[in-house]
Amino acid sequence: MSEVARPLVTTRQDDTGIAARIEGSAIGDTVYRWLTTAFALCVPVLLLLIALGVGTAAWPAFKAFGFGFLTSSDWDPPHNVFGAAPAIYGTIISAIIALVIATPLALGVAIFLSEFAPSWLRQPVAFLVDLLAAIPSVVYGLWGIFVLQPVLRDRVMPLLAGLPVIGKSALFEGPAYGPSMLGAGLILAIMVLPFISAVSREVLMAVPRSQREAALALGATKWEMIADAVVPYARSGIIGGIILGLGRALGETMAVTMLIGNVHQISASLFAPGYTMASLIANEFAEATGDLHLSALMGVGAVLFVLTLIVNAIARWLVWRVSREARS
Amino acid sequence: MPVKPGNRGPRPSGVQRAAAERTRTTLGRRRVVNVVMIGVTMIAAVVATLPLIFILGHLMSAGASSIDLAFFTEIPKPPGETGGGMANAMVGTLVLIGAASAVGLPVGIGAGLYLAENRGTLLANAVRFLSDVLNGLPSIVMGIFAWQFLVKPMGKFTALAGGIALGAMMIPLVTRTTEEMISIVPVSLREAALALGYSRWRTSLVVVLRTALPGIVTGALVAVSRIAGETAPLLFTVLGNQFWSLSLREPIAALPLQIFNFAISPYDAQHALAWAGALVLIGIVLIISLAARFATRSRFGRGGD
Repeated sequence: MSEVARPLVTTRQDDTGIAARIEGSAIGDTVYRWLTTAFALCVPVLLLLIALGVGTAAWPAFKAFGFGFLTSSDWDPPHNVFGAAPAIYGTIISAIIALVIATPLALGVAIFLSEFAPSWLRQPVAFLVDLLAAIPSVVYGLWGIFVLQPVLRDRVMPLLAGLPVIGKSALFEGPAYGPSMLGAGLILAIMVLPFISAVSREVLMAVPRSQREAALALGATKWEMIADAVVPYARSGIIGGIILGLGRALGETMAVTMLIGNVHQISASLFAPGYTMASLIANEFAEATGDLHLSALMGVGAVLFVLTLIVNAIARWLVWRVSREARS
Repeated sequence: MPVKPGNRGPRPSGVQRAAAERTRTTLGRRRVVNVVMIGVTMIAAVVATLPLIFILGHLMSAGASSIDLAFFTEIPKPPGETGGGMANAMVGTLVLIGAASAVGLPVGIGAGLYLAENRGTLLANAVRFLSDVLNGLPSIVMGIFAWQFLVKPMGKFTALAGGIALGAMMIPLVTRTTEEMISIVPVSLREAALALGYSRWRTSLVVVLRTALPGIVTGALVAVSRIAGETAPLLFTVLGNQFWSLSLREPIAALPLQIFNFAISPYDAQHALAWAGALVLIGIVLIISLAARFATRSRFGRGGD
């Protein structure tokens, strides 16, 4: 634009006012382009800085313990021995509990909203479910401590332990204190549900009408249409949504810190307390005095960073692939 | 061989009759499955909204009973004493929101403009993807980042570090909504402005951005409502403060942080304050969320879904 305008200006020296203005706009355009590019560059730079910051903070711990940092379960600040295995284990188990509970529910909601719900019901229900995502983590934690945890301890855990066969399994072993992997997983399930259902709803709605009509024309019932024609079409987007939920569950901090019990142990029982990576960092940061202790916490943060980075990249790629297919 | 009228082909064989019979019975079963599954998805929808109702319900009953005037005007009492409020934490949260917006909004809107105006370039695609990835990073990682680069070098916890951590969290969200809102502005509008002799930057800022403004405001409000309740990054940056402080160079109190500290304390009086604080925090978040919805609705009116 400015390249075209400039020769015009130089041939009409008489009209200096316009010349100055167009000259000025060329500078403005350049400044504008550089400025927006710089702002855009902030995003990758920020990500790099985060990686750098977390990496340097974690470096002393990685250097001291090497690969054993990930596999050892000794966490002994007074003796400067740190192993993150229980926290990694707890992070993965609590996230799995959350997904096992939240995924069927979220898919049910998404299918209900995209296929069955009358239009007057669609907006309010979608709004209510989305609202779950707006509740701050610390409020979930507060509710978890004072409402969910007592109910789990007094009602749900005895019920689970009393179940035939599986009630006697290692999953439901030990006394029901309250702070437990089960409680943390349950609160996580509530927290990731809106993310999974929002993404699933979006990709289900993006399935072309023709896909549905073809299934119905072949004589399918409405449910068969959904199960055989709509969901398979949206499958990778739904999986993307679930993995996105996984990313949230892995990194969730406050609510889990308040409910999981914060104990360095690996236990098969869902009634037993544990730790997640995020809750470990949040819980011990304030009392970490030694440099190596602090660095070990940051090392846990680095593991969490890499894990969520990979999980999110996969999820985004899957969702992006679906939306690209829907567009073309 | 003459064909008798009315006879349309060979008579159905036993196999075909069995198939027809099977179709009839399976159709019945398929219909039952259909109805059952519709019911299951309905139940899922009900169950999914239950936690929200439980949480909000309990929050109203437990929070409302401990909210009084002192809650809004006083600072916390020492542990063990009753009374006191969270006035400093509420103001602190507002300060943090302001600082975060000062960081997150310009960068996010600028990056969004770049993405919308440079579609398909390598940098735009990379930035779009990375901002989505950034959006999914745990907030606690953002806290570690701010701690490493701001708190550690300065040697103390500051409100500024918290504002920057929260602002960094806003960037990806604001970037993506800005891009989306700008890309739905009709190209003809941009072309008209350019044809009238507007320079590019004025077209972008005065015409296009102005048209997309309500949508961008919505995006900004959604981003603010998300960071308003964030706690984890604040543990590493602002630390919290039992007293009044408005300075960006000092530790500052924040509502979510105060709720956390009170929730895990052993005192009933502090638990009550935690509930009241949670009610106020949810109120702030919901008001911002509703304002965000209203901002879009008033602009796009009945045309939307």
